[in-house]
Amino acid sequence: MSSTGRTSPQEPDESTSGRLEALLGQGYTPYIIVTLYVLLTSLWLLAFPFSTIAFLVFLSSLMAIYYFPVSSWLKLVLGVIVLGVVMPIVGNQNQGFLDVVTQSAIFVALALGLNIVVGFAGLLDLGYVAFFALGAYLWGIFSTGQALNIFPGAEATFPLGGGWFFVFLVLGVIVAAIAGVLLGLPVLRLRGDYLAIVTLGFGEVIRLLANNLDKPVNITGGAQGITSIGQAPMFFQPVVAAAGFQPSQGAEYRMYMYVLAILIVLLTVMVARRLNQSRIGRAWTAIREDETAAIAMGVPLVRMKLLAFAAGASFAGAMGVLFAAKQLFISPPTFDLVRSISILAMVILGGMGSIPGVILGATVITLLNLRILPDFAAQLNDWRRAGLPIPAQFDPVSYQRLLFGLVLILMTIFRPEGILPERRRRFELHQEAAEGEQMAQDAKNLVHPDIGMKS
Amino acid sequence: MAVEAQSKPMITRQSSWNTLRQVFAPIGQILVFIVGSAVILGLIVVLLGLVLSRVMEQPNMLNGVFLLLPIVIVDGLVLGFLYATIALGYTMVYGVLEFINFAHGEIFMVGAFVAGGLALFLASNGLLAAIPPLLFVLIAVLLGMAVSGTLAMSIERVAYRPLRNAPRLVPLISAIGVSLVLQDLVRLIAGPRRFYLAFPDLGLNQRYQLFQVARAGGGNLNVTIDSKSLILIVTALVMLIGLNYLVNATKLGKAIRAVAQDRPTASLMGINVNLIIALTFLIGGALGGAAGVLFGIRYSTINPYVGFLYGLKAFTAAVLGGIGNITGAMVGGIVLGFLEAFVAGYLSLFTRGHFGGADYASMAAFLILVGILIFRPSGLLGEAVAQKV
Repeated sequence: MSSTGRTSPQEPDESTSGRLEALLGQGYTPYIIVTLYVLLTSLWLLAFPFSTIAFLVFLSSLMAIYYFPVSSWLKLVLGVIVLGVVMPIVGNQNQGFLDVVTQSAIFVALALGLNIVVGFAGLLDLGYVAFFALGAYLWGIFSTGQALNIFPGAEATFPLGGGWFFVFLVLGVIVAAIAGVLLGLPVLRLRGDYLAIVTLGFGEVIRLLANNLDKPVNITGGAQGITSIGQAPMFFQPVVAAAGFQPSQGAEYRMYMYVLAILIVLLTVMVARRLNQSRIGRAWTAIREDETAAIAMGVPLVRMKLLAFAAGASFAGAMGVLFAAKQLFISPPTFDLVRSISILAMVILGGMGSIPGVILGATVITLLNLRILPDFAAQLNDWRRAGLPIPAQFDPVSYQRLLFGLVLILMTIFRPEGILPERRRRFELHQEAAEGEQMAQDAKNLVHPDIGMKS
Repeated sequence: MAVEAQSKPMITRQSSWNTLRQVFAPIGQILVFIVGSAVILGLIVVLLGLVLSRVMEQPNMLNGVFLLLPIVIVDGLVLGFLYATIALGYTMVYGVLEFINFAHGEIFMVGAFVAGGLALFLASNGLLAAIPPLLFVLIAVLLGMAVSGTLAMSIERVAYRPLRNAPRLVPLISAIGVSLVLQDLVRLIAGPRRFYLAFPDLGLNQRYQLFQVARAGGGNLNVTIDSKSLILIVTALVMLIGLNYLVNATKLGKAIRAVAQDRPTASLMGINVNLIIALTFLIGGALGGAAGVLFGIRYSTINPYVGFLYGLKAFTAAVLGGIGNITGAMVGGIVLGFLEAFVAGYLSLFTRGHFGGADYASMAAFLILVGILIFRPSGLLGEAVAQKV
């Protein structure tokens, strides 16, 4: 009797994933596999630094590091190798890939911010890019001559030097958070779908303001945007020069932006995680699940919603400042509704509320946009030239909306919890399946060998 | 049995009187709102003109205000009826499903492209000059209604019905996706070179004089309305009456109202809820398509992204009038159209050209939306409804 009870829980799961887990989860196998995986993909990319496929496989090694059941110190070491050693070396040879990773990092941080609002607190914000625009224009205006139009006669102060960049990074956080609270105060009492439309309107108003505020006083540069924005200070230049490196100015700045973006992403991941696990995060979950019940349990509804809005907005504000300093040029079309929705698509694709999911979603969509679609378009062009009947108007690069739209529709219908779902969200959306799982779990617990032995 | 037979005609007589009232009373309400918003906004700009001409020491400003006024009112009327027709689609769907059909703006855009495509097709065959313009408008409106209505119904089947019991935000996200996909699909079909579709000349260029205004410096200012705008207004009114009749006086309308009120109970009464919801989308989509056709004919240039802004403004109109309320959508559209025309017309005059243009009018519309939602979420004609828990 007790022997059957002992063996039954150790039987591997019938599902393939369960079997795979059982196979990989034993002893040192995962350690060896993941290390080999990282090393091989790194070597591949180092050997072919211009191959998009090698690049994509290399980035997938980050997923492998996340997924394999190995100790966290190994994950840390491998992560540092991938992002801190291999990527800079490759990026030194192929600036394009470095730029893609930097862009991805910026969008990861943006998506993490939106995830706080949409995923944690369940408030649909369709004007998220407005806060990004605020940060970008903040640095754009004050680091260029535009500020002189607002404060005439302050030639001594403006444009601000690069040293102010880090101050503005913090200032971007504060200004965006304040804007979030100001927008949230009147509209957060609204029901979810109305809130979505109002935030969408707010996003459009900010874009239209950026487009039109070149008269009577030229503040935003209008449709032309702002050019030659101030760079972030390269305080480390003497050290690099002393170490014997002599990189070109542009390459060095790109590398610098890459490091800065990765560091900020790490910071945002930490902040988002801590927020989610805190008392505030639990309050957000409660609001998302059932507002009425949350009020009844004493959750200060408006304050918590405002906090979610402000926290999400502040991420976008900081990334806006970084974006402006990286691109050195901003104009209103960058901050249109499609940008907001692309960030939403990242969150939905990865899994609302799930931090690893959102990182994956943001990376996948940015890669699609910047690498895979242009490569596919080039491939199509080749085929067309070779005589295959492909209509000339089908250029995948210019059909981003189609891509985002399809992502949104297909994900909401077939997998609303995203690729890497958060546990609670999965239960919520597949209640019957979750209940079944719960019952199976309970049944397992009942015949647990320890209990069997005691009885 | 006999009692029943006796009482039956009486009930019908009473209800037919009621029906007549229900079908035609909204016209009165709309007239009141047209006159009311024209008078109130006119008074406001005249007062502003008086004050500002003193403050800014520009005696000509008041004259400018009066010269602009009739033109702005006609513009506002046209814009208002356009928003009103689009808003009907939002309000129908919202009334039944409590769901914002974000893709409705794109359904409107598809209607405009159907009319444009038809006009170009006929023009390329040389048939456009052969048929009378009004007949073309009729054919285009019917075709646009059919295409857009079918499209709306199929979208509901594919993208919304599987999500009917999901949390409220999930279908909204799907609707945003549908809206983006439609934009690019139309662009794909219309071809990249034809990013803007320009209508051929339809032969509808008559202008009718409404009245004359004596100018201060001598001469008369003719206030005219073009035939395209007139067609738009008349068609919108006909559609409103038709919709009112459909919803208030037919069996289908009764079923729609029943489903809107309580879905499970309606299905217990033998109403096919899925069918009724699909038909609601068909009707709303057809109205949006008709609005698109009229818009295309009136403004002559369209692009695949035109639906977004007009859709958003029409949604604002529906909320302004009280979403879920058919007359409210009309009234909201008219008020919003007037407000926008006044902002577009006078902001530039009052700020001496510093601020002005269509962008500020759009901003005004968004601010109005935020304002209503904060101060009177039930809209002008809506009743406060307790949220279902």
